[in-house]
Amino acid sequence: MKPILEIQNISKKFRISHELSPYLTFQGRLLNMLRFRSTVTSEEFWALKDISFSIEPGESIGIIGKNGAGKSTLLKILSRITPPSSGKIISRGRIASLLEVGTGFHPELTGRENIFLNGSILGMKRKEITKKFDAIVDFSGVEKFLDTPLKHYSSGMQLRLAFAVAAFLEPEILIIDEVLAVGDAEFQRKCMGKMDEVANSGRTILFVSHNMGAIKSLCHKAILIKQGQVEMIGPSAKVVEHYLATTQHHAENVREFIQSKDGKINLKLPYWIDAQEEKVNTYSYGDNPTLRFELELSQPIENLVIGLALVTKDGSRIFTSHSNDDLQFKLPNPANGKFTIDTRIDLPSLSPGVYDIIFGIKDKNHDTLIYSEDEIVLELNYIRKEKDGDEGLLWHTTNWQYRTNVK
Amino acid sequence: MEYEIKPAQRLGLDLKELWDFHELFFFFTWRDIKIKYKQTVLGAVWAILQPFLLMVVFTFFFNHALKVPSENMPYPIFVFTGLMLWNVFSSGISNAGNSMVNNANIIKKIYFPRLIIPVSAILASLVDYLMTFIILIGMLLYFHTDVSYSTLLVGLPLSLLITLMTTFGLGSFLSALNVKYRDFRYVIPFMVQFLLFLTPVIYPVSIISNGWVRETLQILNPMSGAIDTFRAAFSNTSIDYLLVVKSLTVSLLFSVVGMAYFRKTEHYFADLA
Repeated sequence: MKPILEIQNISKKFRISHELSPYLTFQGRLLNMLRFRSTVTSEEFWALKDISFSIEPGESIGIIGKNGAGKSTLLKILSRITPPSSGKIISRGRIASLLEVGTGFHPELTGRENIFLNGSILGMKRKEITKKFDAIVDFSGVEKFLDTPLKHYSSGMQLRLAFAVAAFLEPEILIIDEVLAVGDAEFQRKCMGKMDEVANSGRTILFVSHNMGAIKSLCHKAILIKQGQVEMIGPSAKVVEHYLATTQHHAENVREFIQSKDGKINLKLPYWIDAQEEKVNTYSYGDNPTLRFELELSQPIENLVIGLALVTKDGSRIFTSHSNDDLQFKLPNPANGKFTIDTRIDLPSLSPGVYDIIFGIKDKNHDTLIYSEDEIVLELNYIRKEKDGDEGLLWHTTNWQYRTNVK
Repeated sequence: MEYEIKPAQRLGLDLKELWDFHELFFFFTWRDIKIKYKQTVLGAVWAILQPFLLMVVFTFFFNHALKVPSENMPYPIFVFTGLMLWNVFSSGISNAGNSMVNNANIIKKIYFPRLIIPVSAILASLVDYLMTFIILIGMLLYFHTDVSYSTLLVGLPLSLLITLMTTFGLGSFLSALNVKYRDFRYVIPFMVQFLLFLTPVIYPVSIISNGWVRETLQILNPMSGAIDTFRAAFSNTSIDYLLVVKSLTVSLLFSVVGMAYFRKTEHYFADLA
């Protein structure tokens, strides 16, 4: 069987222009125009360079890489939104791309009208939309507001309606870009469930995501793109592992050491360790993550308290924990010198995903000496694809008991 | 279904592909019409009220005050027939001209033949045109005008064809230019106003005494030929077929040039918009 998609030596060049002088006056500009002198210079930039791979029918492929690596450009070329500068792609199936949900939604039109408009823009035939209409409405859960203009919908309702239309696309090749990055946790799980269904129905999927857990569970193969080039193609678990191992998986400007304002504390950026006390970047579902703080105090500090909070990507706090909450925990008082503090999360049924960690250090006056957001994350990956009832903050299974009632 | 994605530069029309997407023409046109009169009390009545009021104003100023002649028909009918086609042209090129920029968010996210966007914008203005016939019929009855139906049967489709081709040519050209140079957003309304004076809408072309100027204007501006061809049925004159051929040729040229420019630049719309 021939590959359904053949990507051959695709390159894409952009021209970035720089204005020579930001303070050029209008008259100056006009003068330069009259003299046929340009006020801008331009520079070439290769967003993609010589990308080649092919995809067999029914494969689901994850595309990973840092921001700016060229993932979105590749998707745009595959979706025919922008042409490549060189190379070619042979496609042997109908491609539908979901670079966002709700493309073409118009606030003045009603929900019903928008379903037809959006469906048509996504490439569905009118007959097809009519046939699936009830199912779409049912899936979206907005039937009450079907004849209300979209501008009166809440953003969540708009999103649900948009995803419902997209969910009923039946292309041979489906291209999805970070659609799941929006919406609340429940919505994301709904999306994932639907995508799982699509992937298992034998359709070809190309999926860009920063959610490594999703890539591993949905795609059996992944492509890592680095600076516009293919760095690695292979089984998704392997590629994800390589990516995580070679990439600082944090925010851009992460401090290696954090100093308190008064200079008394020097904290190494906290890091995750496994049972063997080895540094790890990611845990599997069911592991018990442990965070290590390495501190160096130049002066004794009384009543030192370390705090930690786990926050979901949509901003809800799962828990907050302070070192003085744990009555078993004893820190020398005052604390001084070099020491290490480990804290075990003790919540092994936490759902797979990426969480933000907020941490801080306070002293006896409850003055915040160190505070950090967006610097470290906790990443939990799936070990098995499914669990009945995998919705919720926890992937928790309660203890079940059975007994017969005999009188 | 097998196709290739290449650094393509085809200028021709992929008719098969356009046919595959024919429903999208309908949906975009339908959307534009729907949105146009949303949240208005009078709704689609505006479509006929606007040209009607304009006709009243023009009749008062140009006919009663300035004594502009109107050939073989009452001035209100003369100016209204002119306005009917002129409105298709003017709203067509303003809608089409801004259409690519207005739909930038869709263009950047999904593929379909880009030509659908300006064409649907023009088709939307056709609906207004059809509605103005209600007023025209009323006026013809009011003034007891003799209508030559055989002339109308030929003149109406010919005049509309010339109008649409001219509008399509200029509209697609302007929509493509507008993506790259936003200056055209300001140029288009001005251009439409200016062109009104170069088109025999409010005055008959015979008012231009210099024969050379008149003929040049008639050739360069196919709308002139379109309007005169439409009016023939109401003034008991015959259609000037030489003028029709000239206007058709020029409007076809407009269409080809406009579309070629559009096709040449459309690949980069998503990068520029």
